[in-house]
Amino acid sequence: MSNPTVIELQGLEVRFGGRPILKGLNASLSGRCIGLLGPNGAGKTTLLHTILGFHPPTAGTARVFGKDIQTEARAIRAQMGYMPENDAFISGMTAVRFIRLMGEISGLPSERALERAHEALFYVGLGEARYRKVETYSLGMKQLAKLAQALVHGPRLIFLDEPTNGLDPDARERMLRLIHDIRDTGEVNIILSSHLLRDVEECCDEVLVLKGGTIATYCNLEEERRGNRRFLELETRGGDEASFTAAVEALGVEMATAGKTKIKLVLPEGVEVRDLYRLAAERQVQIRHLDYKKDSLQDIFLKAMETEVAGHGRV
Amino acid sequence: MAVYERNYGRYQGDLTPPWSRFFILPRYAARDVFDSRLFTAFFTLCFLVPFAGLLMIYLHHNLAALKLMNLDLTQLKEALPINATFFRKGIELQSWLCFLMALFVGPALVAPDLRNNGLALYLSRPFSRTEYVLGKLTVLVVLMSLITWIPGLLLFFFQGYLEGGGWLGNNLRIGAAIFAGSWAWILVVSLVALAISAWVKWKPVARVSLLIVFFVLAGFAEALNAALDTWWGHLLSLTTAMNHLWSVLFGQAPEERLVQPLWAAWFTIIAGCALALWLLSRRVRAYEVVR
Repeated sequence: MSNPTVIELQGLEVRFGGRPILKGLNASLSGRCIGLLGPNGAGKTTLLHTILGFHPPTAGTARVFGKDIQTEARAIRAQMGYMPENDAFISGMTAVRFIRLMGEISGLPSERALERAHEALFYVGLGEARYRKVETYSLGMKQLAKLAQALVHGPRLIFLDEPTNGLDPDARERMLRLIHDIRDTGEVNIILSSHLLRDVEECCDEVLVLKGGTIATYCNLEEERRGNRRFLELETRGGDEASFTAAVEALGVEMATAGKTKIKLVLPEGVEVRDLYRLAAERQVQIRHLDYKKDSLQDIFLKAMETEVAGHGRV
Repeated sequence: MAVYERNYGRYQGDLTPPWSRFFILPRYAARDVFDSRLFTAFFTLCFLVPFAGLLMIYLHHNLAALKLMNLDLTQLKEALPINATFFRKGIELQSWLCFLMALFVGPALVAPDLRNNGLALYLSRPFSRTEYVLGKLTVLVVLMSLITWIPGLLLFFFQGYLEGGGWLGNNLRIGAAIFAGSWAWILVVSLVALAISAWVKWKPVARVSLLIVFFVLAGFAEALNAALDTWWGHLLSLTTAMNHLWSVLFGQAPEERLVQPLWAAWFTIIAGCALALWLLSRRVRAYEVVR
């Protein structure tokens, strides 16, 4: 069963001072965790801000869970959590008071907001530091505090704008683990905007690539990964290699040889890896190396960056 | 999402009514300002004038009792009558304390949120820019009301109660002047303080800017009037406009130097508020768009 639509972009266009930033985007996003990729200036943050209602669309609109961003902005924001890219906090407050304030502003009663503030801070790993003022936190802790404020009111959709920015490897791992964990609860959809392909690849099941304010590509990473499992690279040694390649070809496998012993092939439906091993064994050919195609997201991204976008990025 | 469980869970409970949420900001801000001992001491001192007024009204009606203690203060009764001038002087004094309060509290209201990108956090929630400004404004309005028209009206009713004989009915204008004059001053001071806080991030500079708007501009206006032999300069002076308004509201003749028409005084006050609101609307945004 396909996921329900989370965000629907309908000819969304945003201009700043006559300069087009988003150029008539059309897409229907439905993944549990959607990666938003693109080079600097592609319009990732503008897209998030427009959906949040910070910038009015010049033309078109967008719908979040079926609600229009122009007419039902308040109802949409009530269901959203937002973790901004830059440092963002209320100064002079302890973390627990800051998160409580954010909970109350989202509509939680005071006592429930306090309770959830403690819970959110423990959840992100700031439990022991919750009575410290946020401005005294390290960069990694501030990122976690920003995540806590985005979670405190239990939103249905969370926007994470560059959540691993400036984090050391340990902190980055912790942040990605949290995002995984939140996603796996199945109670929330996540939009993860990042320029780091690895972050998106590790967390997301769908990816939307923006380029120059248009949609360069929108694809399902899971399907891509499944597809990639049909792409193999083999290295063989010994035996009757010519007979082996002929037998493999006879199975209907598309293949290309690189050198004498390296073969790249695409398995068709109905042909499995064990069939290759069987054919190799029959011909006393050793399969020394077998690998699946990797770096799928990098390929998708690079291909999207090379392709000229036609039709205003309609998906 | 209990602490011991440490997992994410959506909130399914009741929500507060949206109209009530702008009260959250004044509640938090009030706690912040009263954390300062200096401010708490200043706020306490702000009640000295109303207390002195209360004492004077009481004595005014109980001089006979003091006579029993061999204190003859009948001259005091004649020297300090409880009339429009008495209330006006009191409210004027309190208004200057309001200004000091704006100097103390105002610069810390919006600037820190802008400096630390806090506005994006507020405005990404079901909370509008209007509610944000209203919330911040309420901080100043409530604090200032507590030292101006609220004690002013309490004294007015106390005097009416002790005087009896239809005094309240005959002097309703004084009550209205206390209420309307205080609100006009509170609004203009609060809005200008907020607008400055939104544009000037450094507290000392914000304080100096507030002084410039209220005093240096008034001085410049006087100089302009003297040099050009006109009253148009008063249009720049919020303090002069307010002085004029108080005179009119309390039914007293304006000072001779205030020859501007009444509409000009109202215009200055309303234009000051409108300009401050416009400046706030330009600045109170989740993100600044560089065009």
